[in-house]
Amino acid sequence: MMKSKFPFIAILALSLPLAANAHRAWVLPAATVLSGENAWVTFDAAVSNDIFYTDHAPMRLNGMKAIGPDGKEVSLQNPHTGKYRSSFDLELNKEGTYKVFSASSGLRARWETEDGKRGFWPGRGETPAPEEFKKAVPKNAKNLQVSQSSRRMETFVTAGQPNKTVFALQNAGLELQPITHPNDLFAGEKAEFRFFIDGKPAEGVEVTVIPDGSRYRNSPNEIKVQSDGKGVVSIEWPSAGRYWLEAEYQDDKAPAPATTRQGSYSATLEVLPQ
Amino acid sequence: MIKILAAISLSGVVLASATQASELALSVELPQIDVAEYHRPYVAAWLQNDDSGDVTNLAVWYQLDKADDKGEQWLKDMRQWWRRSGRSLDMPVDGVTGATQQPGVYSIDTSKVAKDLASGNYKLYVEAAREVGGRELLKIPFQWPAHSAQTLETQGHSELGKIVLQLAP
Repeated sequence: MMKSKFPFIAILALSLPLAANAHRAWVLPAATVLSGENAWVTFDAAVSNDIFYTDHAPMRLNGMKAIGPDGKEVSLQNPHTGKYRSSFDLELNKEGTYKVFSASSGLRARWETEDGKRGFWPGRGETPAPEEFKKAVPKNAKNLQVSQSSRRMETFVTAGQPNKTVFALQNAGLELQPITHPNDLFAGEKAEFRFFIDGKPAEGVEVTVIPDGSRYRNSPNEIKVQSDGKGVVSIEWPSAGRYWLEAEYQDDKAPAPATTRQGSYSATLEVLPQ
Repeated sequence: MIKILAAISLSGVVLASATQASELALSVELPQIDVAEYHRPYVAAWLQNDDSGDVTNLAVWYQLDKADDKGEQWLKDMRQWWRRSGRSLDMPVDGVTGATQQPGVYSIDTSKVAKDLASGNYKLYVEAAREVGGRELLKIPFQWPAHSAQTLETQGHSELGKIVLQLAP
């Protein structure tokens, strides 16, 4: 991974649209379990309210990466960004599990000025160096809130036998490690995942799992679970299909100048029928 | 649905005499399916030990004749077999893999398997997946070695016909 003077900061270039809080960013593989040599998988990536419906904005691909079963980076092929979605292909020429991901982190600050106006840093779409923090925040700022904030979005596909190399922790932000392999999920079974914040087990992570197909039903049918003291969550899959998992974590164990630490994580998962 | 038939006379014909080691015989029926675009199904038959989870493959039929092993691309459609065994195998497998078959009743050679099969509770699984068609998974639980001669059957409803497992002590 990238070397930095600020190990908790600037892990990867900011790549997700941080302003799109109300919307959900997702990357959707066309298949997750593949057989045969040299399988290909095509992916869609977008930002939308309804999961897996491309009706709002494409995901920019500049921060999207893939790593292969050996932990080495694999290039995204045939990238395209359209009005509502981006797409790209991945060639699985080695056996094992591939991860497609986008991750970013940085400081964020909010405050009020003496005359009552709100200030925030960094500005929308800006990715300043962390040392600019001191210059950006006025000395007399009131109610200053500084958070160390991280985001990570992932999905997984496997050719042949699954392996776990791509789940090596980066020890930065909110991360998921499988107890149940995410390409080995079946309807009616339970899956367990373990969450880590900056490399330590994360207790109290709020996890929401949303099944595909919200357009064809009246309620989102979310599953909500919380991680235990070991960072573990258990999810029972009610039916086969694609799911979007979102996890949020917050505490006050942040390195100065931050006062809070926030981690968000999301993943697209596929559950197969028995 | 599994029927246990008192089939001592039947098994006497199919299976060798009781003085030999325990025997196991399997027949799989692929039904005639009347569709405009018919492809022969991919079929896997395997035994799974309930306790250890160990899988013993009996037969895997898939498209062998395609260039560049293209036929392996659809092995994953036999989802349970792929999960339990297929994904960890190097295809093809001697004595297990074979070409796809047309509709009919097939006896699967289990003589080698029966010789080495550890005792315990098992399930026989038969899974079929057909291109532009459906998928069906059938199972028959049984105990090995058998204490008496038994004929265990189950009937498929879409991609598979009658599955018959015969056991002899």
